[in-house]
Amino acid sequence: MIIEPIVFLVVAMCFVFFTLFSMLRIGLGPTVADRVVGLDTLNTMVVATMIVLGAAYDQVIFIDVAIIYALLSFVGTLYVARYLERGL
Amino acid sequence: MMPILLYVLFGIAVLFNGLGALALMRFPDVYTRLHGATKCTTFGTIFTAAAVIVYGFVRGGAEYNTLAIHSIVALIAILVTNPTGSHAIARAAHRSGVKPKGAVVDRLEERS
Repeated sequence: MIIEPIVFLVVAMCFVFFTLFSMLRIGLGPTVADRVVGLDTLNTMVVATMIVLGAAYDQVIFIDVAIIYALLSFVGTLYVARYLERGL
Repeated sequence: MMPILLYVLFGIAVLFNGLGALALMRFPDVYTRLHGATKCTTFGTIFTAAAVIVYGFVRGGAEYNTLAIHSIVALIAILVTNPTGSHAIARAAHRSGVKPKGAVVDRLEERS
């Protein structure tokens, strides 16, 4: 035990608090592109939270879920960008 | 020595993710919001994964080495996908007609 596990939980709580700001941007963004930017930021923040929680609870499966979440959110972002550009 | 390194890495990660959230709230239009949010959250997530990698390799043992190696894979996935996605969003926003705040001339539009 080199540092206390409460440090990981505090860092994860900070990331969840920052997620609220991007949810606010998704809610009140004036254009569609603003909402997509908020969604992209939220996905990255959720990946960071999952990595920290995987270290906090000593579960490797959380980090595997984070890898798959990052790749799937990348595909989702590309499809939304393509839809904004020229339709489906 | 090692706890100080972990505290520094987590401090940089939380600081930069907070700056990304602040940029998302305070900047005036799509392009500046994309600039601030994507760069800061990519940097912060890289430092989060780096802290977990250092933690796993210092803690030792088979399970914690597995944690560190999977964190390396997550870091590479974030490092490749996040700037590509932001580039796609910026290009789509420009082609769908979103102008920067206060812009009077669009030279990129004239060239194409």
